[in-house]
Formats: sequence, structure tokens, C-alpha cells
Amino acid sequence: MLAIEFPLFPPRASTLAGSVDNLYFTLLAITAFFSTLIFLCILFFAIKYRRRSEDERPPEIHGSLKLEIVWTAIPLLIVIGLFTAGVRIYYAGARPPANSMPIYVVGKQWMWKVQHPEGKSEIDELHVPLGVPVRLLMTSEDVIHDFSIPAFRIKRDVLPGRYTTEWFQATKTGDFHLFCAQYCGTNHSAMVGHVVVMEPADFQKWLSEGPQPPSMADSGARLFAKLNCATCHSDSGKAPLLAGSFGSTVPLAAGGSIRADEAYLRESILAPRTRIVAGYPPTMPAYQGQLTESQVLELIAYLKSLPPGKGDRR
Amino acid sequence: MSVALAQPERPDYLNDGYGIKSWLLTRDHKRIALLYLASITLFFVLGGIFALIIRLELLTPAGDLVTSQTYNKLFTMHGVIMVFFFLIPSIPAVLGNFLIPLMVGARDLAFPRLNLLSWYVYVVGGVFTLTAAITGGVDTGWTFYTPYSSTYSNTHVVLTVVGVFITGFSSILTGLNFIVTIHKMRAPGLSWFRLPLFVWSMYATSMIFILGTPVLAISLVLVGLERIFRIGIFDPHIGGDPLLFQHLFWFYSHPAVYIMILPSMGVVSEIITCFSRKRAFGYNFIAFSSVAIAVLGFLVWGHHMFVSGQSVAAGVIFSGLSFLVAIPSAIKVFNWTATLYKGSVSYQTPMLYAFGFIGLFTIGGLTGLFLATLGVDVHVHDTYFIIAHFHYIMVGGAVMGYLGGIHFWWPKISGRMYPEWWGRVAAVVVFLGFNLTFFPQFILGYLGMPRRYHAYPPEFQVLNVMSTAGASILGIGYLLPLVYLTWSMRYGPKASANPWAAKGLEWETTSPPPTENFLETPIVTEEAYAYAAPGATHV
Repeated sequence: MLAIEFPLFPPRASTLAGSVDNLYFTLLAITAFFSTLIFLCILFFAIKYRRRSEDERPPEIHGSLKLEIVWTAIPLLIVIGLFTAGVRIYYAGARPPANSMPIYVVGKQWMWKVQHPEGKSEIDELHVPLGVPVRLLMTSEDVIHDFSIPAFRIKRDVLPGRYTTEWFQATKTGDFHLFCAQYCGTNHSAMVGHVVVMEPADFQKWLSEGPQPPSMADSGARLFAKLNCATCHSDSGKAPLLAGSFGSTVPLAAGGSIRADEAYLRESILAPRTRIVAGYPPTMPAYQGQLTESQVLELIAYLKSLPPGKGDRR
Repeated sequence: MSVALAQPERPDYLNDGYGIKSWLLTRDHKRIALLYLASITLFFVLGGIFALIIRLELLTPAGDLVTSQTYNKLFTMHGVIMVFFFLIPSIPAVLGNFLIPLMVGARDLAFPRLNLLSWYVYVVGGVFTLTAAITGGVDTGWTFYTPYSSTYSNTHVVLTVVGVFITGFSSILTGLNFIVTIHKMRAPGLSWFRLPLFVWSMYATSMIFILGTPVLAISLVLVGLERIFRIGIFDPHIGGDPLLFQHLFWFYSHPAVYIMILPSMGVVSEIITCFSRKRAFGYNFIAFSSVAIAVLGFLVWGHHMFVSGQSVAAGVIFSGLSFLVAIPSAIKVFNWTATLYKGSVSYQTPMLYAFGFIGLFTIGGLTGLFLATLGVDVHVHDTYFIIAHFHYIMVGGAVMGYLGGIHFWWPKISGRMYPEWWGRVAAVVVFLGFNLTFFPQFILGYLGMPRRYHAYPPEFQVLNVMSTAGASILGIGYLLPLVYLTWSMRYGPKASANPWAAKGLEWETTSPPPTENFLETPIVTEEAYAYAAPGATHV
């Protein structure tokens, strides 16, 4: 009759979750072992050597170098093992597979705006296909948020002014919690949502349901035209051609070079004079404050969609 | 000695002058310690009331007791008050102030006026922060993360950070005073390796006070400046770096955790040796592990930022360094346990607190391994697992040590004995209440419940109800000593100079001590904790 929901363990729904859980159980075992050891020792000593008379004088023991070395070395070895295991998972979590499906996330007080490259966007929900690696490119319009999916064992802060990423591959269909885990103000605890994992076919169906908005790349192209970017970013030679620039290595006027990833493209749109491409005058206006984070993401999606064009002088 | 005891009304520091002025203008380290005790207790009660309201709010998942804005202000004030006005000053300012001169055989601290000033600075900081709380509160969390605190929050951030900033100077002054006293004012014969371990731990703590607190001060000033002048330090929309604050803040606030725990470790070393009548097993290792913790504590701040967007390489380095802190901590726990071996163990109230400390610190410390472990930390970061972990360390560890120390030295401080039975009951209630409050939060954390949530998914309710029930028991456990210790000040039986038959210079003067501590400067001829030689006394 009384059906109180009382879980002790979260659902496990990503490829990463298993290895995190295994390490967690290892840590639990270590914790249980050492705390039991300490508690039993204290209990045993406290009872066995309890004070029997008021003028009792126990023998003086100064210590033992051998013991100190042993109980320094054993914890040291254990933590080296834990360190290594933890680093492996962290690396796995930091490196999305090359074929990951990109999804864009913008956090703002107090909602999550999720945008699929195909154009569909959602609020406080994230629909993803089962078994496909998904890479989230995330930024914030205001304060620091954190995009956390406990069932996937992932969490990453979402910062204003920069892009952070996290990735996952869902292993179970269903509906999972999505939390903002970084305190972000009054309605922090209301900045929650769902992650809906669907069979790939269902996901495609969901994606094509309802009115079809233009894809992010198309919206970006329209924005690119509206802002007259092509006036300079053309054969005019005033500015670098952008086709194929995403992912390329760009020589900088100040010396050195940089990989043109999303963060660099964003910077080049909002504050273009920070790192000028070698061989071009610093003439581009800054779009800081004129574009929303979503619009910047659309422009980047457009730039990414451009195939390496002819006449690219670099 | 016997001549002194024969005099019934020998003047002590408590009856050396009456009236409010003789207290507010005192330069006696023992009186200043009591001024701190009174003000810190007030803040502890305030912070505790906030905690209870928070726990009551979390009894139901809906968030129906207070509004979300009020809730945010409550946990912010709870954190700010407990961390900056209770945990950090508690043992250093109360027990450290009272005991360091006694333990090193000095008549007072090196700079008595500076010591009084540090209390006033503390009070002024407290007044600022309380003013902020009363006039509308602040909702940034005690961590003041930017750009929320520097740009977006509409609450009294500046007033609060000014309060914390001012209070920081009280820490710096206290640390300075301790370091100079320990270096320059030790009694003849009291070499470094004859010092009580409590003095070693206070020495390590003082190093953190002096080196860390200025960095906190700088980061808080920057938050204030950015709020007022919008100068673009932290807010990226005006050219700032949102992560810069976290680096600055944790560079102080991680070592600050050791400010809270190292003094407790010192207290526990004193209690365990006394109530097992043993020299501390591996004295040098316990002493040096305090210093090692203080030094390593400065190198691990980045483990608060594993999911912040800092580089993967930084994460790896900070993870490795964080694990290293576990080693000196483990060494201490093993040495305390070994001290009991072949001892003469009695279970007076302070000893129960010391056992409780080891229990809670062991769990708190071992769960710290979960957080140093990179992949696992990502999942439990910013969840109730963190809340549980740091409460086990900072509240379980620090408060158990503080209460144990207050009981241990209460006869010396007040000249009276407290009711032993009530003392033991309270120690057990605190231990049980604490575990019931915070253990369920480890499970909540792994389930994924984020911290600072005013409302939460219903499946987390049962564990939250358990936690709230525990908090009520814990509240009673904290109230008990407040009542019976106050009672004992007037009605408790008079204490002898050394009721526990303990070693250490503080037990060689009367209870309570005279204003200048010792009638003649003691000369130390033996190691600390020489319990095996009953005839050996300090000449």
C-alpha cells in the first residue's frame, strides 16, 4: 500500500557510468576496510587497556619507525592506484569520439536552451538517440551554470564567455534528470529538466515532427548575409576566406598560430581584434553585445558547414 | 606549591577585576579567550538556527516552508557565519588564546594589545555581516562565486564581503601573535620537540592564517570593486574571467579547511595522551604531519574546479596533489590509535569526543578520496556528497575537537567541574545525531541530488527526512553542553589544578590560573607526555 520511492543508487545509462561506478565501489570497499580497521582497533584497545586503577602507569612507548614507514607506504600505494584509475576516466570523459553528434546548449537564469543542428530547439529538455555519442557544446548568457546528468555520471560547468564541452553515449532509453548543479541564483533549484533517450528511429521521427525550423547552419547563413560578413570575407582579400577554416591551423599576426575551434571562432566574432590572422588588417568590427549566444552558435554552425572552398589562399 | 594551595582565595584571572570595563579593556589572553568564547558561541547558535530552518525546509520536496530567495539567503548566512565566524576562529581564538601562553610557560602572548585588537576586529567584521543579514541578507552562497556575486546578485554582497574581509584581519593578527609567542616565549628547557602537539598544530594553523588570509582579502576586495565600479575582472561581458575568482578564493579556502581541522587534531592529541596516560605514539610524525598538511594544503585548491572548465592537465595535477594530503592525515589517525596500545584508557567526556573525532574524521577523510579521484568527483561534485564530506571534516572533525577541548580544559578555564554524566550523554547524542544527519547525504549525493536546492525530486525525500531528524538530535546534543557548562560555572564543584592528572605546563598552575599564569617561570626538564615517570615533575 505504502509505496515510498526510496532509491539508494542512481540509474546507470551511459557508457561512462559503469567505469565510474566500479571505481566508486572500489573506493567504498577501501573506505569500509579502513574505517572498520580503525574502529575495531580503537574498540579493542579501549576495552583491553581500560584503566583499572587510578594510579596505573602504563609503559612508555615512543613509536616505531618501521610501523610509520609501513602505514605511510600502504596508503601511498593505494592513492597512486586511485589517482591513475581516476585520471583514465577523466580522460575518457574529456575526449569525445570524432564522430560525435553535436548539440548546442545555452544556459541562462533559469532555463536550459538546447539546439539541435537540424534546427529543432527545446527548453529544459534534451532528446538524444540511444547508442550514439553526443557532444554538447555549452555556454552561458549570464552566470556560471552546470549541466549535470546523474544517470550518465557527467557534469560540466557552463560559463559565460567561453565554451565548455561534455559528451556521453546513452545505453538505456528512458527519461533522466537534468540538473543545474552550480548555484546560479534565485531559481537555481528550478533550473532542472529531462534527458529523453530514444531509439534512433524514434529520435529521427521526433526530430522531423512538427514545424521544421531552418537548420542552425541555414540560420547562420542568413545571419551571415544580414550582417554583410561576405563583403570582406570574400575574394576581396580584406579578410580571410572562411570556407574550411573550422579546424584548420591559423597563423596569427602576433606570431604563433591557433587551431580555429569553436572558442576561437566565437572570439573572432565577438572580439575580433584579440587574435588577428596574419596578413590581414584589424578592420573587423566587434559584435560583442550585438549577438545572442544562440546566434553566435548559428554562425559557427554555418562556418562549420562550409566545405573547403576553391581559392582559399591559406 | 602547597603553600599556594593552602590560601583559600588566591586571586585568579577571573576575579582579578570586575565590571564590564575590566573585561573589554583586558590584555589578559585568558580573558580575551573568554570574550571570543562568548561571541563565537553566539555565532554558532545563529548559524545553527539557520541550519535547522534549512533542514526543516528540506523535509518536503516541494520547497514550501520559505521562498527560494529566502532559502538561498539562509544557506548563505549559515555558511558565512559558520565558516568565517565560528569554525575558523573557534579553536585558535578560544583554546589557542587561552592555552598557548600556558603551554609554553609564558605570562601572556607576545603582543597582548594586538590580541585584544584582534577580538575587536572580529566583532566589527561580525557586525557588518550581521547588518547585511538583518537588512535583507545575501544570496551568493558562502563561496561568493563570480560573476553571480560581482554582477548579478541583487543582495547585500558588498556589506557581507566587507564583514568577512575585516574578520580576516583578526585571523592574521592572531596567527602572527601565536607564531611570535611560540618562537620567542617558550620557557627554559622547552625545546621544539618538547612542545605539546596542540602547540605544533596551532603553529601550522598560524602559518595558514598569515599566508592564506590575505589572498581571501584580495579576492573579496575585487568582488566589491567589480560590483561598485564594473571594472571587468570577473564578468566576461566586460572583459573579465569568471574562473579567476575561483582560483583566488580556493587558494585561501582550501587551506582554510585545515585551519578548521588542524587545531582539532592538536586537541585530540592532547586528550588521547592524557586519557590513555601515554606518550603520543610517533610524536615527531604527528608534529611534522601538521606542518605537511599546512604546506600541501596550499597546493590543492584546483580540486574544487575539476568540472569548472579548467584544463584537463590542471585537473590531473591537482588530483595528484590532493591525494598526497591524505598521507599525513592517515599517519595521524594511525598514530592516535597506536597511542592507545598498552595505555591506561579511561572514558571521560573529552575522550569520548576524541573517539568521536577519530570516527568522523576517518569517514570524512576517506570520502575525501572519492573527491580527489577525478572520474568519481565529476559525478559527485556539487551534490550532497560534498555537503556530507565537508560536514564530516569541518563539523564532525572541527566541532568534536572543539567540544572535546572545551570539556578537557573547562576546569582550567572556569575553575569548576562540569557534570560528567551529562557530558558523556551529550557526547553520545552529538555523535549519533551527527551521523544520522550527514550519512544519508552521502547516498543522496551519489543519487545526484545537487546542493543548494530549495526544492528537489520526490524520490530524494526519505533520505532528507532522515537527515532532518538527525539534525534535530544534533541540535539537542549541541544545546546540552551550552546548558550544563553554563550551569557549572556557578554550581559546579571546584576543580583542582590538575583534575585529569595530565601532563603539560597548563596543569601546573592553579585552576583558574592567576592573571600572569605562573608565580614563577617554569623550567622544563622532560619531554611532553612523560606519563610513565610519576615522580618526574617540572621543577
